[in-house]
Amino acid sequence: MLALSPMIAIGATMLLGMIVFTAMGYDGFHAVESIFLTPFLEPQRWADIGVKAAPLVMIALGLAIGFRANVWNIGAEGQYVMGAVAGTGVALLTYDMSGWWILPAMALAGILGGMAWAAIPALLRVKLQVSEILTSLMLTYVAVQLLYFLVRGPWKDPDGFNFPQTRMFTADQTLPTVIEGTLVHLGIPVALIIAAIAWLTMEKTTAGYAVKVVGLAPAAARHGGFSAARTTWATMLLGGGLAGLAGLFEAAGPFGQLTPQFPVGYGFTAIIVAFLGRLSPPGIVFGGIVLAGSYVGGEIAQSTVRLPQAATGMFQALLLFMLLATDVLVTWRIAWKRRAA
Amino acid sequence: MLVSIVMTLVAASTPLLLAALGELVAEKAGVLNLGVEGMMLCGAVAGFSVAFSTGSTGAGVVAAAGAGIAAAMIFAVLALSLMANQVATGLALTIFGIGASSLVGAGFVGRTVERLGPVFPAALSQHPLLRIVFGHDILVYLSLALVAGVSFVLSRTRAGLILRAVGENDASAHAIGYPVVAIRYGAVAFGGALAGLAGACFSLALTPMWADRLTAGRGWIALALVVFSAWKPGRLLIGAYLFGAVMTLELQAKAAGVAWLAPEVLAMTPYLATIAVLTMMSLGRRTGRLDAPACLGKPFSAS
Repeated sequence: MLALSPMIAIGATMLLGMIVFTAMGYDGFHAVESIFLTPFLEPQRWADIGVKAAPLVMIALGLAIGFRANVWNIGAEGQYVMGAVAGTGVALLTYDMSGWWILPAMALAGILGGMAWAAIPALLRVKLQVSEILTSLMLTYVAVQLLYFLVRGPWKDPDGFNFPQTRMFTADQTLPTVIEGTLVHLGIPVALIIAAIAWLTMEKTTAGYAVKVVGLAPAAARHGGFSAARTTWATMLLGGGLAGLAGLFEAAGPFGQLTPQFPVGYGFTAIIVAFLGRLSPPGIVFGGIVLAGSYVGGEIAQSTVRLPQAATGMFQALLLFMLLATDVLVTWRIAWKRRAA
Repeated sequence: MLVSIVMTLVAASTPLLLAALGELVAEKAGVLNLGVEGMMLCGAVAGFSVAFSTGSTGAGVVAAAGAGIAAAMIFAVLALSLMANQVATGLALTIFGIGASSLVGAGFVGRTVERLGPVFPAALSQHPLLRIVFGHDILVYLSLALVAGVSFVLSRTRAGLILRAVGENDASAHAIGYPVVAIRYGAVAFGGALAGLAGACFSLALTPMWADRLTAGRGWIALALVVFSAWKPGRLLIGAYLFGAVMTLELQAKAAGVAWLAPEVLAMTPYLATIAVLTMMSLGRRTGRLDAPACLGKPFSAS
């Protein structure tokens, strides 16, 4: 049942989407086909799905571990942006240099940037019980404004015809592609390796066990000597670091620079990925592929049935609603009983 | 100059006040609905599209409240009837509101409607000082009346007592025979209606032109205001107007073209101010979340 409910949710979303989009005057059947089936049936789209799935999987892994411990970091979008900002800072500093060490240095800066941004809500939550939901989200808006400020001001490309964007990264500053002639970059295998490590940590180590206990039974966790404060710190920093790394991979991969178009909402979509994956690493890889497919499919649907791009967001939201609704099947057994007269 | 600043301040505060007041009522009943931003966007787009197609701004306002209620009902079914996690469901509602408003509004980007006008005849607001009293639109007066109304109902009436009982101790309220889930449905619907009206403030009163995600996170600030208010409507009024003042300062500084401060830094201020306020609230009250209704965010099942 546990693995079945996401499948039911996906099926129900397809059905509901068909009804909603037909009612709105679009070709509902072909819209659903374009978004949920076409991307997976056409092999030339697979690389694109992988490129979009990698950041979603990385961010969702960090968030899911936090959600398990009842730590609601929903500011991953901001941590993703700050990771890219910190990594880009290194890229601009090393612009005239070359060497194998530049990309790892950028990745490290990306991780630290995301962590620093997540440390603020973690500190406020642990020391002052300020809701991490609100603070992490507020910081997302701050991060986006900071990005705008940098690309329009101090970091603007001097040779960029006054466009608000940074220099293009050099060859030493961009992620190598792993399959020649495609967009498939190093971030994709890295995301899969991180998922494997996360799975081993959650299932086989005391740390993973502690996270689950803190989330399920805080009182029992205190008795067992698992500190809620330490869990909050660990899960927030982990989530921030992974989101930061995902941000750097996007900047040094598909974007190749920072532009105002950089915040694309992966941090929020990753929340859906985490839930679709039932907060477990193997599930998250599956969820990341489904949601990445919906982005690719959304683009297909734009050309095939003239569905506006915003429809992708609607589908993703419907999917999350359906998931939460089908969760009832997992938590509760439906029993038909006659009401007492 | 001063009059226009006050007018801007009131206009900027009203959506925050409406949305936060609705959320306060829902939270008093024990329901944490993080979907305020989503409900606001649903209200904003419904209000705009109805006002655009009928030519009647008034009809738009009604539609906005209706859309807010409809969005709130999605949340209520999932969180109250199906007992889904309230945090996750609220987030889902916000993601839904962003997607739905963006989809419905795709054809309206850049279009304008007639602005929601002042309630009182123009003759009354000729004089600048009278304008501060009589020059606002219906939503401003409605929001102030609702603060008084909610405050009175919560503290002085039997209905308010029952609502608070449901939020403080759902099991006892149920044992005495009150329909906990039904009362929560009502409180969530009220919150949805007010969030919808808050959305209408953006699309019909502040800038009567459609833009994608025009609420820009104000729904989250409304949620923070409820914490700031310690769940008291009077303090909510003060908080909303303080934040309106911060935003007015931001607008004034932007208009005046303050050279040494980047516009992006100004745009950060409401969010930084929210974090600062939440932090100061906790510093002042070392015990943490003491004032929150005891059953806030917990699912309730009658069986």
